[in-house]
Amino acid sequence: MEEGDTMEERLSKIFSSYERRKDSLIPILQDVQEEYGYLPEEAMVGISKAIGVPESRVYAVASFYAQFRFTPMGRNHVMVCRGTACHVRGASRILDEAERCLDIKEGETTEDLEYTLETVACIGCCGLAPTIVINEDTYGRLTPKDIPKIFEERKETKE
Amino acid sequence: MTGPKRTLFICQGTGCVSSKSPEIRAKLIDETARLGLGDHVDIKLTGCHGFCEQGPIVVVEPEGTFYKQVSIKDVPEIVESHLQNNQPVERLFYNDPQTGEAIPCYRDIPFYSRQERNILRNCGNISPEEIDDYIDKGGYQAIKKVLSNMTPAQIVDEVKKSGLRGRGGGGFSTGTKWEFCFNAPGDEKYVICNADEGDPGAFMDRSLLEADPHALLEGMSIAGYTIGANKGYIYVRAEYPLAVKRLRTAIGQARERGYLGENILEQGFSFDVEVFLGAGAFVCGEETALIASIEGSRGMPRHRPPFPAIAGLRGKPTLLNNVKTYTYVPLIINRGADWLAGIGTDTSKGTAVFALTGKVANCGLIEVPMGITPREIIFEVGGGIPEGKEFKAVQTGGPSGGCLPASHLDIPVDYDSLTAAGSIMGSGGMVVMDETTCMVDIARYFLDFTQKETCGKCIPCRLGTKQMLDMLVDITEGKGRPEDIDLLVEMGEAIKKGALCGLGQTAPNPVLTTIRYFRDEYEAHINDKRCPALVCKALISYRIDKDKCKGCTICAKSCPTDAITGEKKQAHVIDQSKCIRCGMCLEKCPKKFRAVECVAGELDEGGQ
Repeated sequence: MEEGDTMEERLSKIFSSYERRKDSLIPILQDVQEEYGYLPEEAMVGISKAIGVPESRVYAVASFYAQFRFTPMGRNHVMVCRGTACHVRGASRILDEAERCLDIKEGETTEDLEYTLETVACIGCCGLAPTIVINEDTYGRLTPKDIPKIFEERKETKE
Repeated sequence: MTGPKRTLFICQGTGCVSSKSPEIRAKLIDETARLGLGDHVDIKLTGCHGFCEQGPIVVVEPEGTFYKQVSIKDVPEIVESHLQNNQPVERLFYNDPQTGEAIPCYRDIPFYSRQERNILRNCGNISPEEIDDYIDKGGYQAIKKVLSNMTPAQIVDEVKKSGLRGRGGGGFSTGTKWEFCFNAPGDEKYVICNADEGDPGAFMDRSLLEADPHALLEGMSIAGYTIGANKGYIYVRAEYPLAVKRLRTAIGQARERGYLGENILEQGFSFDVEVFLGAGAFVCGEETALIASIEGSRGMPRHRPPFPAIAGLRGKPTLLNNVKTYTYVPLIINRGADWLAGIGTDTSKGTAVFALTGKVANCGLIEVPMGITPREIIFEVGGGIPEGKEFKAVQTGGPSGGCLPASHLDIPVDYDSLTAAGSIMGSGGMVVMDETTCMVDIARYFLDFTQKETCGKCIPCRLGTKQMLDMLVDITEGKGRPEDIDLLVEMGEAIKKGALCGLGQTAPNPVLTTIRYFRDEYEAHINDKRCPALVCKALISYRIDKDKCKGCTICAKSCPTDAITGEKKQAHVIDQSKCIRCGMCLEKCPKKFRAVECVAGELDEGGQ
């Protein structure tokens, strides 16, 4: 799909791989989010028309599931694992420190759209607990004092 | 070069991938090629070996050499020394944590030698991306056998006779469930695999999907043939991208070879499988919610009956089982019901898979016979509690389960004993806790989780868990009242009785078990305003020992609220009114001084 395509074109490409019925709603929402990084309002209207389901219902379903978001995400997606293994090995202090470093709270995005900070129920590398994931990179066996270093290193490599 | 033709198995489960195992594999391929060893060495990627604590893991067969925590810079030495000159690299061997002895072969490591790996039989031994590896290990023999030699009724009998119970946590008899669905009238039926593993701290199903996806497909096909379904769904979390990718690869390969699709093995039976990505709602692990989700609705449970076996997906009879349950079925067909019935206890047959994590030396994925004790799991397979700490509790069943204390270390681990103790078998999460884990905080942690995940349909779960959570938060913040403990118990019991689905009916378990076994910790929080495990921030304090402090100023510089004052080379002091108890000073204080300490309860202004 080309960046230059209009939303209508981008959406119709997604719709073309699905049967236009209620059962396809969740996979379509997932594809739209994959395309845009979030669910833009106009896309929700488009989905509603495409599969013949009221807009209210599209919202009802999208807002029920944790995967879906209605606002754009930062370029760096920071996920602090709050699984039980991470919790007992000090995840809440890791989160505190990440919040302090980025000056945002869990669930928020920095104003410059550089970072989004979220917690996840479990990344599944419990052997590395406590862990955080930033985009594709996993950092494990952390202590709070590692957190500022991680953000500094990433900033440096970027520059 | 002399020596046998070798196969290297490089773990590429999520844990090891996180610590760069794909790069290690690429480097191994490069290095063996560079030394002209390519024909003598086969380099395979595998799913999880289970011993995640020691990842990334490389196993060299036929010797069974186990290399732990391998990094890219170790690769040339492994290739040159071991593969070329037959000298294994001793410094990468696993050392027994108790004796310090190096153990070269994985079969001798207590973590593995105490296990009985049936469901995990292929994990770490085959490439999950090559169907022939699965077939070489006897894969797809069971589907051949049932299609040519067994009637659906015979399969139902066999599964019933084996005593297999659902591995998702409920523990319902698998054979009986299959029988209901087999007998349910309807020309269209469905098979669904519940891989919506949502428990925090649990990764059994994910590892299995990543390591041995064909075993699940074979089990589901057998289920389809048995109940008369032609279509199956695997409902898997979208947060498991690697598992999804490997499943899709496996489905493609199985279709190509005629193990899935039209007219399987030309025996007149058709069955195909589709992957459905769960969108991140814990409640969808409940079967009716999961079905609503596939139908494109909010994942909210409904009243049962009718059970899905009679009226499930799109109103049709639907068989729902967990990944591990389906994976067990080909083994039962191949080895016979009596084989399974011979393992385990009277009422719980076979083995159980656990994701063993938390404060335990050997974190990882394990499989042990039912009836084993928590003590054997934690101290033999798990290698005990690290850093010389004291065991406090073991938690099974995730947010639906409970915490069992040291006095329960010798009960048998099976469905009924765990339920009697107030916990549940669950899907396989097992988190070990030591003296530094606060049991009130753990109860709050789990309830916070379930409270966020409640779907809101029934009042006991929606409002009851909220009320309980508010009380627990108060207790951890030092605002608890003595009568709160009994009120929590009363509410917990009421929610268990009144909630609509399994999520609500089990949500109070972590609270009820921690009150039952660790009431003294609740009382310390409420009556003495102390957190004995030094976890709850409002109920602990930090102070600097003026005799040990050398005035290096490191703590003062790291304090985010400038609460620490003191001249250079003079003892420092923490201003308790400014301290936010982040613990940074304790982290930063040089180990040779250890001047900062954390204590339970509040200190006065003078730090006493």
